[in-house]
Amino acid sequence: MKAAVLVFPGSNCDRDLAVAFRNAGCSVEMVWHKDTTLPDDVDIVGIPGGFSFGDYLRCGAIAARSPIVGALKSHVERGGYALGICNGFQVLVETGLLPGALIRNAGLKFICKPVDLTVETTASDFTSGYTKGQSVTYPVAHHDGNYIAGPDTLAALTGEDRVAFRYGGNVNGSADKIAGILSENRRVLGLMPHPERAADPALGGADGADLFRSLAIAAVTA
Amino acid sequence: MKARVHIMLKNGVLDPQGEAIRHALGTLGFDGVHGVRQGKVIEIDLASSDAASAEAEVGKMCETLLANTVIESYEVEIL
Repeated sequence: MKAAVLVFPGSNCDRDLAVAFRNAGCSVEMVWHKDTTLPDDVDIVGIPGGFSFGDYLRCGAIAARSPIVGALKSHVERGGYALGICNGFQVLVETGLLPGALIRNAGLKFICKPVDLTVETTASDFTSGYTKGQSVTYPVAHHDGNYIAGPDTLAALTGEDRVAFRYGGNVNGSADKIAGILSENRRVLGLMPHPERAADPALGGADGADLFRSLAIAAVTA
Repeated sequence: MKARVHIMLKNGVLDPQGEAIRHALGTLGFDGVHGVRQGKVIEIDLASSDAASAEAEVGKMCETLLANTVIESYEVEIL
């Protein structure tokens, strides 16, 4: 399977994400935000964490209007996989590929620590390697991870089993403790916590490796 | 021609920064502050000299980039 990792000015988890994909058996190409096309035969596009464009205007807002995003949208419309982590999740909500918005943490502080998450659904190729209700630990590192959406959207996310991860406790004020959500076709995942920073025991935990592993297997057979 | 855009979080969207400011004002002895909302002001210098077309153009800028209409409202002022 082939992954493309988008790189924006200010991305800082792009190489970590590439390593996690490679360790799961993917070939990886880095794609600069000014490019207008993705490499041929890309199965999954990774949108990495960081502070694209210095978080100016709104987190992810300027990255979401980059030239490469047209190709990302076409890829998703074709049914391709996309994984947005932290700033990448912010980019995905700014593009409208995922619903809702991410605003300043309720406690106003930048939060940087490992957090416990609950895997809410295994009905996605991102989470099929876990068991439903399993507790996993991924690090978070964000200032604007407070997920909000209208009542109809929240009801749809829960009703359609599209909440992939919830925080074990109240980390940042997110509605319904939402940490990560899936698109309607379940092939786009956005989450604030960092599975790529917990994908190798040398990093202090490997709970995130299962996400990349199950995705790599699914993309080969998809 | 210049335009000024005021961007605010929509009513009902919690504003943690506004809340922190409200709390600080209370600590400083400013009584009677019921609420604070923090927004953004963006000033744009435009080539256009026609107010109506400038307003329409800036409106488009707001919808496309300047505001996230999921959570923010905006007002355009032509100066």
